[in-house]
This record gives sequence, C-alpha cells and structure tokens, in this order.
Amino acid sequence: MGRTTAIIIAAAAAVVILAGVLLFMLGRGTEKDVNQMDDELSELTLPAADGASPAESTAAAPATGDSLVVVSWGGAYTKSQIEAYHKPFEAKTGVKINSVDYNGGIAEIKVQVEAKNVTWDVVDMELADAQLACDEGLLEKIDAGTLPAAPDGTPALQDFVPNGITPCAVTTILFSHIVAFDTTKFETKKPSKLADFFNVKDFPGKRGMRKKSPKINLELALRADGVAGDKVYETLSTKAGVDRAFKKLDTIKDSVVWWEAGAQPPQLLADGEVTMTTGYNGRIFDAQVVEGKPFEIIWDGQLQELDVLGIVKGSGKVDAALQFIAFATDTQRLADQAKWIAYGPARKSSLPLVGKHFAKDIDMKPYMPNAPQNSTNAIQIDFLWWADHQEELNQRWAAWLAK
Amino acid sequence: MSAHQGAKLAEQFRQSGKRARRGTFLLVLPLLAFLMATFIFPIGAMLNRSVEDPTVATLLPRTAAALRSWNGKGRPPFSAYSALADDLKRANLEGTIGKVATRMNFERAGMRSLLIKTARVAHTFELPYAQAFNAVDLQWSEPELWGALRHASASTTAGYYASALDYSRTADGKWHQRAEEDQIYVTLFIRTLWVAGVVTGLCFLLGYPLAYFIAHLDERSRNLVLILVLLPFWTSLLVRTTAWIALLQTNGVVNDTLAAFGGERLDLIHNMTGTLIAMTHILLPFMVLPAYSVMLSVPPALTRAAISLGASPWTAFWRVYFPMTLPGAAAGGLLVFILALGYYITPALVGGRTGQLISNMIEFHMKTSLNWGLAAALGGILLGGVVVLYILYARVVGLNRLRLG
Repeated sequence: MGRTTAIIIAAAAAVVILAGVLLFMLGRGTEKDVNQMDDELSELTLPAADGASPAESTAAAPATGDSLVVVSWGGAYTKSQIEAYHKPFEAKTGVKINSVDYNGGIAEIKVQVEAKNVTWDVVDMELADAQLACDEGLLEKIDAGTLPAAPDGTPALQDFVPNGITPCAVTTILFSHIVAFDTTKFETKKPSKLADFFNVKDFPGKRGMRKKSPKINLELALRADGVAGDKVYETLSTKAGVDRAFKKLDTIKDSVVWWEAGAQPPQLLADGEVTMTTGYNGRIFDAQVVEGKPFEIIWDGQLQELDVLGIVKGSGKVDAALQFIAFATDTQRLADQAKWIAYGPARKSSLPLVGKHFAKDIDMKPYMPNAPQNSTNAIQIDFLWWADHQEELNQRWAAWLAK
Repeated sequence: MSAHQGAKLAEQFRQSGKRARRGTFLLVLPLLAFLMATFIFPIGAMLNRSVEDPTVATLLPRTAAALRSWNGKGRPPFSAYSALADDLKRANLEGTIGKVATRMNFERAGMRSLLIKTARVAHTFELPYAQAFNAVDLQWSEPELWGALRHASASTTAGYYASALDYSRTADGKWHQRAEEDQIYVTLFIRTLWVAGVVTGLCFLLGYPLAYFIAHLDERSRNLVLILVLLPFWTSLLVRTTAWIALLQTNGVVNDTLAAFGGERLDLIHNMTGTLIAMTHILLPFMVLPAYSVMLSVPPALTRAAISLGASPWTAFWRVYFPMTLPGAAAGGLLVFILALGYYITPALVGGRTGQLISNMIEFHMKTSLNWGLAAALGGILLGGVVVLYILYARVVGLNRLRLG
C-alpha cells in the first residue's frame, strides 16, 4: 500500500515539474502570439480604414452548394427563424443553413476567434453583447448600404428602429421585459401597472425576477419608484440613483424567486411558485395563447431590448453571411417571423404586414411589444450605458444578492 | 557462486528491471501526453492569465512607457498626454481601441466609452494636449484615472488577485478594501468552504451507517442494495438536480405532504437549504463506495475476537472496527470535500440567491463578463486553497491513511 502511494506521489511530482517547464515555455509563447495577433489584426483592419469593405478582402462569393452555420437561442425562437429566414433563403440561393443553438454571451465567439478556429458564421445575439464583441474585434463590420430599402423606398437606416443598425450588427427583433401575473391569484383586484409589482401588501405573493444581471432589475425598480423613462440612466449614473434602485429592490428582496432561463417565468407562474414575475414577452405569449394559461401581461414600464445578427470575424464566408443577413432582415421576412413568435419586427415597414399566428387564429399585432398601445410607457435599454457600467454594477449586484 | 559472479548477476537483474520499468513508463506516456494537453496546459494557461495582461502595454506602448516614470502622485507628466494622444490615434486607426477600452473598464467604470470617445477625435488634438483631453471629457483631469492607466500598463499585475480578495487600489498604488456594498468574493470563498465542510459532514453521517449496513448484508441482497446506491450515481446530474426542484418547491411533493398534515409550507429550495440537500444527495455515493469497500476488507474475526476478549459491542466497534475503516471514510470525505468546493451546476439551479458558491462567480466571469483574468485569479485561489488543504491533510492525517478499497 505504502509503495503504491509513493509511486503515485512520485508521478504527481513528475507531472508538476513538467508543468512548471511548460508554464515557463508557455509564458514566452503567449507573448509572441499576442504580438503576432496584433500584427494580423492591423493588417485585416487597415484596408477597411481606406474605405474598402472588409468583406471584399476576406471572402469569396458564395457558390451553390455552399453552407452557412447560423447560431441562435434554440426553442421556439430558432424555429421562428428557420421558418421565416432559413427555409426561403435556402430555396432562393441554394446555400444550406445549419442551425446551431447556444445560450448567449460572447465567450464562445471569443474562443473561436482567438484560437483562429472559426466554425460559426452568423450569430444571433443581444445588442449589448454584439456591441461588446464589436469593440473587441470579434465581429465583421457590416455596411448598412448593403441592406435592402423598405418597399416604399425608405432607406434601411431610417426604416429600422433606433439603434437597429450598428457597425457590426443588424437588428431582427425587438423583445421586451415585462411583468406578467396569474389572473386566478388576483380575482378581486388585478395589478395593472409596474409599481404594483413592488407592492406586496396589496398584491400578495412571491415575485419572479431575473438573477443574471442588474440590467433590467435596476431600471424596473427606478421606474416603479416613479423615475421618468428618459431620466432612468441619468439617475443610475449617480451613486444616489443606484442606492435608490437597490433600496426599492430591498422592499421585495425576501419575496423574490430568482430565475435564470427564459423558460422559467411561465413555469414559475404555472406551478404557483410566484404570483407575478418579470419575463420575456414572447415566452409569456406562448403560455398565454398556445398553452391557454390564465396569464396577463402588464405592458406599463416595459423595457425593450434588441436582438441582432452579426458575422463572426474570420468566418471565411462573409459574403454569403452578408447576403443571408440582408435577406433575413428585409421587410417581408421580419414580418413573417412574427407569425411564429410574439417579438416585434425591427423595421417600421414590417409592422403593418404582421399577420396571424401560424397555428391559432389570432392577430399577432396586439402582442407586439412595439405596437402603439403597448409602448406608451416603454423605454429602450441603453446598451452603451451598460457597456460602461456593467462591471461595477455587476459587482454590487452580486454582493447584494449574496447578502 | 563467487562474489564476482554474484555482483554480475545483480547487475543483470538491475538492467532487466530498468528495461521493464522503461517499458511500463512508455505505456503511461499516452496518458501523460493526454494529461498535458487537456489538464496541465490549460490550467497553466489559466494561471498565467491571472497575473499577465499585456493588453495596455502592447496596444498603448508609448503611454505605458511614459507612465512608468510617474509615481502616481499629483498630475501625470506632460509626456503622458502626448503619448496617449498618439497611441489613441493609432489604436483607433487599427481598430484595437475596443480591446483597450474593454480592459480598462475592468479597472474603472466608464473608461470604455471615455477611451472610445477620445480615440475617435484624437487625430484633431493639438498642443497643449492636456487641454485637448479635458475638452473631450473633464474626467481626464482626474489623477485617479491616469493612475488606473498606469496600473494597467504593467504587463504583469497583481490586480486580479486583489480584486478577487475584494481589494482595489488608488492612483498612487495604495491597496484598500472595497466599499462594503461591493464586497463579495471573500464572503463567497468562506461560504464555499463552509458548504463543502457541511456537505462532507452530512455525507459522513448518512453514508457511513449506510456503508456499514451494506457491508454486513449477505452477498445477494448486498449487490441489490449496492445497485440502489449506484443507480442515482448513473443518472445524469441535471436530472437529479431538477428532481429535487420538483420535490422541494413550494407546491412540490414534500410541501404538499406537509400541508396535507396541516403543516406550514417551508422554503426548501432556491436557498442555502436547497443547495445543501441536493449537493449532499449527489455526492453521497463518493462517501459510501470507498467506506464500503474498506469495510469489506476488515476481517469480521477481529471484532469477534475483541468481544470474546471481553469488550462490549460498542467498544469493539469504536476501538477496533472504526479505526480500521477510517481510511475509507477519510478518502471518501476528501473526495466529497474537494468535489464540493468546485460545484456549480447544482448551486446555480437550486441555490437561488443565498446558495451561490464561488464557482458560480467564476462561471459568470468566464461566460458573461469575459473578465478572464479575474476568473483565473478566483480559480487560482480556489486551486491554491485545495492544494494547501491537501498538504495539511497529508501532514496531519497522512496520505497512507487514505484507502479506496
């Protein structure tokens, strides 16, 4: 027994020594790699500064029989994209689309780009992530001029919602963070405004909230506390404003059930774990309409966010990817997508074309977050503000949660 | 046989023994290479990231050089302003400004947009540069901001480890603890150790009697019960964790039963209780199996002998049987403890707000905030902690006291 242990320890020691040697070599290796990478990066981006499109220099034109890897969030959302974008695009161009699921974030893109082993071409991401990825040089630049105009001739730049086109990404849908409640739990007096979410006395029961980040939660708290929509980020930029938001959250801290994935809020409501919850409007719509659950959405104080398509840097199929994005974000395709999921099309010209749900005989227009009657008291999440403040607020958020 | 021949023979033995050992070593080589590529190398790369960050030094080289001669007190030298104007101009042209901006935002909130905004107009800057910077944004007149740049411009940094211990530093490099509402990691490290300890204790309390029970069954029922122990072990971790959610939630099986008997519904999940219950269940086999296999190797004759020599059954158990099975329980305990330290899926699913562990923060910085340096530092501290505990264990208890069977 003792001898075996001795051998194991000796082996472990050998491995540790080898690791030390390797670490030393590695330390030198990374230095070189970083320098090399920088040189290559400057080579890649310099032509763009001269006015040439980066697409021209990096990829060949798509041939029939080519294929693209398009990455998205899975579930009903990916299905809506397959039906509205992928299938007609394949029929039109012969380029095969391989759909891959992921869970958001830019870590996987970063790993692919840094390892120079890019297997994804087009990625569906939240605008804030796309901005971060664009800043880090993980996405190709997209020229807004290549996007088709609206049927009435309005150029793409004017047709998209504000911030709909950024240097590296084109918006497909506008989704919304809303509060939903179970109507059977509030038979005498129904909640009707965002402030009711924070009023546990008159509207008893547990609340569901997203745990991932202070984003959404701080905004909701301030809006419920009476801060006007256009003053939210101004308020949050001061220490007193952040304190105020956390103080408001303190009032319901003990009643909150925290959720992580978008599928959880309707489930928490259905299980009776919570009586009210924040959530994505599309998921609540599915539970309401497709599954017939007695849920209702409070559109007051909704927070709108954009979801975009971007092209991974070094994908090697930039032209085909650009062609796909231009096709997927044209007026008709965005309107078609709303048949499959209750997220608002990013083009103003698509909104009147939104029709009925693909399976149920209901008009989808009233369920769009950007439908006029829903967006009277809505604000768009300021992704640039969050890019600046996420580190410090994430830290405080995590600390607040843990206490 | 002469002494000479004997020595020759011994030499031959040694030679052939060496050959055989070399042969066995060659057999292990593939494993060693595999470990290198998939374990040692990535861990080394990770630890390297926690102290080395050449982003600012390579992308803003002139600024880094200019700030190196500044002690962080008072105003930065004029050369720093002109160097930064130059570097920003170049970084903007080459598209590397985003990387610098992301990196600097880890040091100070708001640096991202400040740097991008400034870089965009840096090509218009004229003497005096200090005024040109202040005209873009008054933040440039704060020494604190230049201090942050100075700290980040060193290519090796202790900053990530400091952040991982809830410390930050001022412009002139003095360390101070973060404001109380921003302190998080030390709390989480302590909580992680506490959870690992409690889970190990619970596993021992539940697992040792179970192992004893199985070891003393007859052979046929023993296999059956063993399969019952292994069955959850073979089930996916996620399935077992979600099963606990179904059982423990407010309207779950346990609470429904309680309510049926007139009891009050308890908060059993999405908090620390949930984390402890689910982790104990999932890690239990790691305690039962080593303890059980060591118990099997204890000859039953020994306890019988002790009793026949006049010991009470309790004394026989406590002074003869228990010490002999302790190496198994200790090995199980060490396994459970170390596994528990790194657990993250289960706390993420059932831990709610108060049941989160340090690994959940590591995952957050790896996947969401992309602050890999901080993630690496947190991981490095965790790894260091495990190694220290292991060494302490080896010193106090002794590794030869560990047995898996």
